[in-house]
Amino acid sequence: MMEGFKLLVNTLAHPTIMLTAGMLVFLFFFPPNDWFEKWNRRLHLNFLWTKKGFYFVIILMVVFFLIGLTDPNFSLIIKKPDNVPIIGLIFFVFIFLWISMSQALKNDKLIDAGEKPEEYNDPEDKVLVWPDLVYIEFIALILCMSLLLIWSIGLDAPLEGPANPADSPNPSKAPWYFLGLQEMLVYFDPWLAGVVFPSLILFGLMSIPFLDTNPKGGGYYSYKQRRLAIPIFLFGWMILWVALIVIGTFLRGPNWNFFGPFEFWDLHKLVPLTNINLSEIIYIKWFSVGLPENILVREIFGFLIVFGYFLLLPPLLAKTAFKKLHQNLGNFKFGLFIFLLLFMLSLPIKMYLRWLFNLKYLIAIPEFFFNI
Amino acid sequence: MSDKKKSNIFQQLGKSQVWKSIIRSGIPRTRRQRMMSVLNSLFLHLHPVRLPRHAVKLRFTWCMGGLTFFLFLVLTISGILLMFYYRPTVEYAYTDMIDLGEQVPLGIMREIHRWGAHAMVITVWLHMFRVFMTGSYKPPREFNWAVGVILLLITLLLSFTGYLLPWDQLAIWAITVGANMARATPFLGHEGPGAALLALGDINFVHIGSDVKFALLGGRFVGEAALLRFYVLHCIGLPFIIMILMAVHFWRIRKDGGISGPT
Repeated sequence: MMEGFKLLVNTLAHPTIMLTAGMLVFLFFFPPNDWFEKWNRRLHLNFLWTKKGFYFVIILMVVFFLIGLTDPNFSLIIKKPDNVPIIGLIFFVFIFLWISMSQALKNDKLIDAGEKPEEYNDPEDKVLVWPDLVYIEFIALILCMSLLLIWSIGLDAPLEGPANPADSPNPSKAPWYFLGLQEMLVYFDPWLAGVVFPSLILFGLMSIPFLDTNPKGGGYYSYKQRRLAIPIFLFGWMILWVALIVIGTFLRGPNWNFFGPFEFWDLHKLVPLTNINLSEIIYIKWFSVGLPENILVREIFGFLIVFGYFLLLPPLLAKTAFKKLHQNLGNFKFGLFIFLLLFMLSLPIKMYLRWLFNLKYLIAIPEFFFNI
Repeated sequence: MSDKKKSNIFQQLGKSQVWKSIIRSGIPRTRRQRMMSVLNSLFLHLHPVRLPRHAVKLRFTWCMGGLTFFLFLVLTISGILLMFYYRPTVEYAYTDMIDLGEQVPLGIMREIHRWGAHAMVITVWLHMFRVFMTGSYKPPREFNWAVGVILLLITLLLSFTGYLLPWDQLAIWAITVGANMARATPFLGHEGPGAALLALGDINFVHIGSDVKFALLGGRFVGEAALLRFYVLHCIGLPFIIMILMAVHFWRIRKDGGISGPT
């Protein structure tokens, strides 16, 4: 019984299944359009944002980690002192997602009924900072400090053996908050995963206020009025950032191989590396000729795909799915928006190309370290 | 003396010259005194005197921005204490770590510093999450959101530079993994696309001894120079920048109309 459960979890935890399920379910929980919203209502998915739904998920998570503690392999990972904050993060992300979504749905109902959101109050009716805010801050500080003290007394900061440049541990992991980027290294080369993507994440975050020109939904929790902005942000933050950190922390073992939560981190686990480049698929597998000498001829198909993705898809989307948005934003802002969105989506796309076709690179020019 | 109603020691203290020289408005009892106590305090006057009702609700703000600032203060104080004992050299760094745990009285400063740093990363993320979910980045707060994104980056960099200082296996290999990304920077890293283009004939301008990874580590691998560089950045450089930006961040909250709310 227990063994079967563990086997099931180990199988389901594989990124191919977990991320696919996560992405599919995501759009139904955070519907971006009427069609998904219809199904959201039909399946009663908003149950999650009720009190019962809250307790249901929290109990489920607690039970999962308690079972995990009984397993020798999983407990080894979750008891690691530096992993404690990530377990905290998993709970916090859900708790605060619930707090914001439950308030958003309440406000949506109020707004639908033509009323003001719950946060609204009479401009004349204000409270004094002393004492109404000061004492909340004071209590928050004391709680935070006591929690930190208990945590610090109870759990020693880890200290491994002295630094030895000649002995690299397997796996070598970056600090936990960068593990999403390290996980990206599976699918992209370091110049993309380590430099271009982080830069674009920062740039994209900073440009949110300029690209989200929707005047509604400022200063209160809401969902319906911001059906495009919220799903895009939550997708990037919860799936492409937090979920990848969780995978990188708990599910990546020696040689950065995948290990289920209840699986022993076997140093000798063999995972065949059968990934091949697009040029090899086309010239060798399909045409049965050798790779051309000329780099540009060799990689022409990859270039066509990448250029098509970034240059042809935006105008196409502007005419079809994002017609209204294009009219609202104008050419420049829409171009920037769609570029950032396509860049974000290129990560899951590359994942699927890898999982489905063992594709290593679309464009592979190792001569110039230019691999996509 | 006996005619007067007996006043307790706190009331007498409130009337004393010393107290009044520090806190001019007396013990905040009346509405006026309460407003004055916020106005007259350098620290409290970061806040406005009055706030809309929703702004003091925990379920609206989650207290995350404030806690981030508080954790920054905790980290500053515990960090200063750690600096008394820690020497950033390959020779001493690791043994100083052991001493911190075993020789120093009440030796939980390192724990407070490390767990506080983890907590601060999480509270920053959650603060950003809250600001997004309430749409508080919308005009007129666009610039302050951008400042916040940079503050988030510096928080991560502070944590990253601090990661190396214990000089144990975890530290140098985590930084090695992180720093290896830098050598793939387009044009500026010696294994980055385009770096080969920056050359004059046979002379490469960007090579293993001159690229951004070298600049970051002060060498070709994580060694003595990297430790010193990360120490200086961690203790002086980045805190200096983050404090300036925090001042801008807090000031702009007030200038942009205080905490966001529905109109």
